[in-house]
Amino acid sequence: MKDKYDVIVVGAGPGGSIAAKTCAEGGLDVLLIEKRQEIGDPVRCAEGVSKDGLIRHIQPDKRWISKEVKGSKIIAPDGTEIRMSEGASSQKAGYTLERKVFDRALAQQAAMAGAEVMVKTRATGLLHSNGAVCGIKAMYMGENHDIKANIVIGADGVESKVGRWGGIDTTMKPVDIETGAQFLVSNIDAGEYSKFYMGGEYAPGGYLWLFPKGEHTANVGLGILGSKSEKGMALSLLQKFMKNHMPDARILEMVVGGVPVSGPIKQTATNGLLLVGDAARQSDPVTGGGIINAMDAGKIAGEVCIKACKAGDYSMNTLQEYEDRWRDTFGKSLSKSLKVKNMLLKFSDEQLNQLAHSLVGEDVSRMTLPAVLKILATKNPKMLWEMRSLF
Amino acid sequence: MSVNVNRFKCGYCGACVGVCPAGALELIETWIEVESTCTDCGICAKICPVGALEVE
Ligand SMILES: Cc1cc2nc3c(=O)[nH]c(=O)nc-3n(C[C@H](O)[C@H](O)[C@H](O)COP(=O)(O)OP(=O)(O)OC[C@H]3O[C@@H](n4cnc5c(N)ncnc54)[C@H](O)[C@@H]3O)c2cc1C
Repeated sequence: MKDKYDVIVVGAGPGGSIAAKTCAEGGLDVLLIEKRQEIGDPVRCAEGVSKDGLIRHIQPDKRWISKEVKGSKIIAPDGTEIRMSEGASSQKAGYTLERKVFDRALAQQAAMAGAEVMVKTRATGLLHSNGAVCGIKAMYMGENHDIKANIVIGADGVESKVGRWGGIDTTMKPVDIETGAQFLVSNIDAGEYSKFYMGGEYAPGGYLWLFPKGEHTANVGLGILGSKSEKGMALSLLQKFMKNHMPDARILEMVVGGVPVSGPIKQTATNGLLLVGDAARQSDPVTGGGIINAMDAGKIAGEVCIKACKAGDYSMNTLQEYEDRWRDTFGKSLSKSLKVKNMLLKFSDEQLNQLAHSLVGEDVSRMTLPAVLKILATKNPKMLWEMRSLF
Repeated sequence: MSVNVNRFKCGYCGACVGVCPAGALELIETWIEVESTCTDCGICAKICPVGALEVE
């Protein structure tokens, strides 16, 4: 560890590792720190990603792909099934990853590009000078260190503190978070499709998922909107589902976690500081998917850091480009998703059934998600009035 | 400070840290620490997926 770096990245999830790799490839002196002693573990994820999103950043590798899925099925509260095929629901169809291995592979790429990596190293605060962030306070094995940097990238996930330390309010209200529980189950027929079960009985304000990881294993979990959750509800609803629907399944792993569903927050950068991924609340408000967005954000952040370091200006003069670029790209789909989320929240289970029924007889299996939503809006004009503006 | 964390239930996922309006929680290694700025608002207990938090 040195006293000073061009860039320090806090958190070695997908967002942080891609940011560190991008900076290092651009010739910057980078430190990537991770507070856990094992990158990628414990997992806080259902591990579903779209193919097109993934290959923007890394070539698929069988060491960290558990399963390629054919597409997804959405299951209405009354059991009506809607099949969306590969290439159609591009957000969902694709791969189920093995994130313990995937996150490590991304960190390895950053290391190979020249970034220094430190595990079991936790940021405990930020250093400030003249109204700008200029490094971090860190603890490694119980020892405190001040480490300077021209720019700090906060990629510290759902529990992010880096933003708050830098004066950016990233606090989520209960309505801004999905709280989830998941089991890696075995002794089941996992099928070829990712499944999404809708309805208040399964997951109030969220959904229940089954993502195949192999012929006989799958991630089965659910997310509940924080505002509808009660103490321990996510886990107890999942246990209830297992008992009623998969009595023979055996649980090999338990995963818990929260995912931001707030939609774009007001600010994700300040002088000397950028936030990426879940730390910037960039996960999708409907699906809760955040891996690809975190990587997209990490890439943009890295590129902006390279420019800033060339210019020798680490203020918002150069960092504003980060805000502009992510908001102009995936930020737009986050805003749309937020509208869809708010609309879905108003629907009763009967209304969700009605929506599903209106797709029976339509061949939606080859359509894109927006195309399917458009059919829904045409067939259910009253219910989906607010959605017109989204296409 | 009156949030009790049941360490035997806690899955150290950090969801509670992200919703704490007072910034009073922190996930350190495999446990949650509660600072004296806690206001007993109870949001953390409500969203904890496993019910490991209790506000007295
Ligand atoms: C139950 C569940 C299911 C999900 N399913 C999916 C899915 O199927 N598909 C999908 O795309 N997304 C899914 N997500 C969301 C996805 O996991 C996140 O969006 C993604 O991991 C965000 O990546 P990140 O790099 O921003 O943060 P993270 O992957 O959370 O990484 C942040 C890292 O920062 C570290 N850190 C935190 N604080 C500090 C500190 N002070 N100092 C040093 N290090 C620190 C953490 O230990 C962590 O390793 C799911 C989330 C949950 C909870």
